[in-house]
Amino acid sequence: MPQVKVLSKRYDEPDAHTLEGYTRLDGWRALKRVLGQDPAALRDVVKDSGLRGRGGAGFPTGLKWSFVPQDTGKPVYLVVNADESEPGTFKDRELMERDPFQLIEGIICSAYALNSPRSFIFIRGEYLFPGIRLEEALAEAYAAGYLGEDIQGSGFSHHITLHYGSGAYICGEETALLEALEGRRGQPRLRPPFPAVAGLYASPTVINNVESIAAAGQIMEHGANWWKQWGPERSPGTKLFCVSGEVARPGNYEFPMGTPAREIIEEACGGMLPGRNLKFWAPGGSSTPLLTAEHYDVPMDFDSIAQAGSLMGTGAMMMYSDKTSVIEATLNWIRFYEHESCGKCTPCREGNFWVGQILERMLGGRGRPEDIDTLDELADNIFGRSFCALADGATSSVKSSIKYFREEYEYLIANGRLPEHIEAHAGPIADNAQSDRPRMMVGTGHV
Amino acid sequence: MSDVAPEKPKLIPITIDGQQIEVEPGTLVIRAAEQIGVTIPRFCDHPLLDPVAACRQCLVDVDGARKPTPACSEQVRPDMVIRTQETSELARQYQRSQMELLLVNHPLDCPQCDKGGECPLQDQAMEVGPGESRMYEKKRVFTKALPINAQISLDRERCVLCARCTRFSKQISGDPFIELFERGALEQVSIYGDQPYESYFAGNVVQICPVGALTSNSYRFGARPFDIKRIPGIAFQDASGANVRHDVRKGVIQRTLARTNLAVNDAWLDDKNRYGYEFIASPDRLTTPLLRGDTGSLQPASWVRAVDAAAEVLKDVKPEEVAILTGGRLTDEDAYAVSRFARDVVGTDNVDFRTSPHPDDLTVLPTIAGDTTVTNTLVEQAPVVVIAGLEPHEELPLLFLRLRKAWRQNQQKIVVVGPVLGRLEEIAWQWIPTEVGGEAAALQALATGDHELLAPITDVLGADTVVLAGERLSGSPDALPAAHALADAVGGAFAWVPRRPGSRGAVEAGLLPGSLPGGRPLATPGPVADVWNRVPSAPGKDAASVFADAIDGTIKVIWLIGVDPVADFVDADLARRALESVQTVIASDLMPTESVRRADIVFPAAAPTERVGSFTSWEGRRQAWPQATGAAGHVLPDWDIVRQVARGMGTDLGWETANDVRREAAPLMAVTDERGPSVAEGTVWSSQAPSPDRPLAVAPVPFLLQEATMLADAKELLASAPPASVWVNPADADGLTDGHLVTVTGPDGSVELTLAVTPSVAQGAVVVPTTALRELGAGMTHVGLAPASSPSTPDTASAGDA
Repeated sequence: MPQVKVLSKRYDEPDAHTLEGYTRLDGWRALKRVLGQDPAALRDVVKDSGLRGRGGAGFPTGLKWSFVPQDTGKPVYLVVNADESEPGTFKDRELMERDPFQLIEGIICSAYALNSPRSFIFIRGEYLFPGIRLEEALAEAYAAGYLGEDIQGSGFSHHITLHYGSGAYICGEETALLEALEGRRGQPRLRPPFPAVAGLYASPTVINNVESIAAAGQIMEHGANWWKQWGPERSPGTKLFCVSGEVARPGNYEFPMGTPAREIIEEACGGMLPGRNLKFWAPGGSSTPLLTAEHYDVPMDFDSIAQAGSLMGTGAMMMYSDKTSVIEATLNWIRFYEHESCGKCTPCREGNFWVGQILERMLGGRGRPEDIDTLDELADNIFGRSFCALADGATSSVKSSIKYFREEYEYLIANGRLPEHIEAHAGPIADNAQSDRPRMMVGTGHV
Repeated sequence: MSDVAPEKPKLIPITIDGQQIEVEPGTLVIRAAEQIGVTIPRFCDHPLLDPVAACRQCLVDVDGARKPTPACSEQVRPDMVIRTQETSELARQYQRSQMELLLVNHPLDCPQCDKGGECPLQDQAMEVGPGESRMYEKKRVFTKALPINAQISLDRERCVLCARCTRFSKQISGDPFIELFERGALEQVSIYGDQPYESYFAGNVVQICPVGALTSNSYRFGARPFDIKRIPGIAFQDASGANVRHDVRKGVIQRTLARTNLAVNDAWLDDKNRYGYEFIASPDRLTTPLLRGDTGSLQPASWVRAVDAAAEVLKDVKPEEVAILTGGRLTDEDAYAVSRFARDVVGTDNVDFRTSPHPDDLTVLPTIAGDTTVTNTLVEQAPVVVIAGLEPHEELPLLFLRLRKAWRQNQQKIVVVGPVLGRLEEIAWQWIPTEVGGEAAALQALATGDHELLAPITDVLGADTVVLAGERLSGSPDALPAAHALADAVGGAFAWVPRRPGSRGAVEAGLLPGSLPGGRPLATPGPVADVWNRVPSAPGKDAASVFADAIDGTIKVIWLIGVDPVADFVDADLARRALESVQTVIASDLMPTESVRRADIVFPAAAPTERVGSFTSWEGRRQAWPQATGAAGHVLPDWDIVRQVARGMGTDLGWETANDVRREAAPLMAVTDERGPSVAEGTVWSSQAPSPDRPLAVAPVPFLLQEATMLADAKELLASAPPASVWVNPADADGLTDGHLVTVTGPDGSVELTLAVTPSVAQGAVVVPTTALRELGAGMTHVGLAPASSPSTPDTASAGDA
């Protein structure tokens, strides 16, 4: 399946991020089509399209919208999750940088379908440039009457608030996002009540990923069948794949769902770097279980990847060669999760800390034979037992690296060092500036 | 309203560990398991806090669930099949795994931890934890034992981050000055910068901490759970009737904890009732009778000599020349004994338990003697509560918690009438600010319901409304009767809410002039006349008249029982001059107070925990307690002291034990139709007009932790008290800075207090601690504010500086 440009169609236009450029490049067509239609019918279009959420979980967007009660007397809020923080994930960033109006138009259309008077874009705090692009675009949209009261004379009013996160991966978890948006500590909430019923400010709330909302806008413009022309039946549409790692040309590439991984890497990314062979890869970001070269031909859609033992996630493909240690990569990810664990629940807070400690000790040459089983069991004791899915994601690389590369662990423990063919990594693994270890921060508390 | 009872919710059938039971909808799995006697292990779960599901220790196995289920947050569903650790190896494995993780960063310093021996973490680790650790790595290290206020230390290494303390401060007490900071393995409980965890309820977080992370400095390294005796008690610092447990080692209280009683104090206690026990073991206690000797100083004497001296003095004067004044701290038994002793043995009706007497007390209080209509439960369930003359956060903190619970859980509408809103600011629905002394008009307007502006309030007043009148309300002319009349007018319930633990018992014992036990007027004593040998025919004087007449010489003997008028009387100067003028002062007390120093005969009295007794709470709930501590020296309970003196005067009252007093008192103090207003004449206090330099009307409030005899030696508690402050409306702050010291000047003098500029005081009014009245002047008075003459320092709460 060849590369397609649906969501990324304006990426190469230098002025797509301006109101003028966006309007010239067929912008606002969805909005013109949507305004005046029956909102319930629009919700049905999205439902019929089979669009599945692009934030990682793949929950059908239209189904999510159908859970929102329309008669509570409270406003319905639309929250756009732009807290794109998972290692390897950068698809929303480019969309917001290059085509911010596509997101804004998608929001207005979705808000119209949901009868929502106000939406919030919760953008990752470090996304300063995309944030500035969005701020400029919002200002232009307000000035041109695309936002605010009585949009384009339609009688429909909508306001968008852009909110910067404060640097926490957990705020990509939808209930933690709501907590943070309400001004509290970003920690996940108990469900029920579900956000659809009592979310932001205890009002019915829809939370969707940036890519989902952009796609929803286009679906409302072109119809459900148009969307279903791409991809398998249960994962229709196109997908932005953000590829990183040891490939020749990393970046964002849009393909129909179900395109084999090999095709994406070989055709769009120019294959692996010269002299390097694929050893392992994460299909959808650091929280999806690793796959190996054996899985290179797996079609990139929700069901096929699940069948292969991993998850579609956000479509963030991280590719690693045989010169990279899967154990070092796992430690790097664990450090991320350990740092980003909100601390609320025991398994995530203590478990990731401990897993990191064990991996560090092994890589320091002091591994014990029982460490592999301890790690494996520890991952089982974390998975599914934590409050939210953050820790589930953290265990992915631990479990899968042991599953596929047990001999690398055994070699490390037996020899106190990694195999010869592994090249020491520069920078990121040796010195991850974000990952201050707790034990290095002895006695620095707030008290 | 329909008179059909609301339909009971349909019970839900579930199966736990093979047992089929039916529980109410909304029941949490952990509670349902408790119903069949299965205790699912837990740390973060607390039945009175919202679920958080953070510790994950309570994971159980539920049929059809994709993941392990936290029992503490999962509500039952019809036909749910739950397997706990009792029947499921899977659940046991879940729980073992979480225990291992909880111990990853725990220091396991049980041998030197105050919690050791009563620690849920220790107990559960012993039960399900692995015998050996798989953790070879270094644990997280924090600086230990940091003070979060003067009373409480925090050990972050021991903390399991269950968020019980932070949830308590947010959900229950509403002063969230303790929070979780940082994240991941660095997550920790902390306070904001240098701001101490300032709360009247701070001690609760120590009690509910499931590990040794939060400990009380006053108990630190003091005792071990296995060498203390746990003795139930009733709170003696206020009228809450809170159920407590005294932990006693070698006859001395080591700590006091809340005992759970959902009808009274839930599982909570305020810090004054929790930590205010140190005076009992104070080295300053009176331990032997004292007589004023030839040299003019007080000298130790035997009980026989002191009793004889008192009997002699009382026999030498006419009955009406004797006055017996008690405070609000006598037990019910003592109050009754003193009431009978005065009338029957001495023959005087000059009795008064009030330190701030007003005429309205006499007409209202005897008519509500024995009432038990208004309870904490009724207050919690009432849709509307009207409050006047009461700042519960300062005066009865556990009632504040009850109101806050009703506000939070039942959206109760709280209407406050008067110049002071105080901490009710957070939860009040409507505030009718009045000028100081102006409550009556507002309460009358609510009763008649014909004031347009008040319509939103009067529309909701009805038979389920509760009117709460604080003991200060009688200081506002006609307000106490007006509050009572308001309740009658809307068909609602009325309660008088005193502050001190023995005030309500004193009303029922007849410690007001012209009022006999049960609130019976002198003229119609009913069964009292059958039990007593005589009842005075003419009403006696109230405390203010007693002091005035003592200066005149018409009162010759004053016996002070558990009261220190030189410190506590509303006109302290009058009391001081009276005690200095009167022929003889007899005093029964625990401590050498200013009043005791002016006495001629001193009896050392037993502290509440040194004897059996009972207090009647503000609800009218009479609760007895056993003796908890050993007696400090040769002390006796007050009933026994008057019994001895009666015997010296030739009367045998027929009591050998406190039970004898109770048996006699109980039927007489019970609620009766024979109750009625006292016809004794009450003192009307003069009021002074404002002047240009003293424009603000004083609304005195007894602050919870202000200087008091019964807070003696409670060092950490007093150090955690907020600074003595004056509250003023922003409109009256006039260039003065919040948090700075100001000089408050009244007719008699001035005092320096920390300024709190707050909209929760009516314009034109100013709240000062009652202790400041000694310097400022008594009665309804006005003051002026000015920057303090001494260097003005910002509010430096000293707590946490250690």
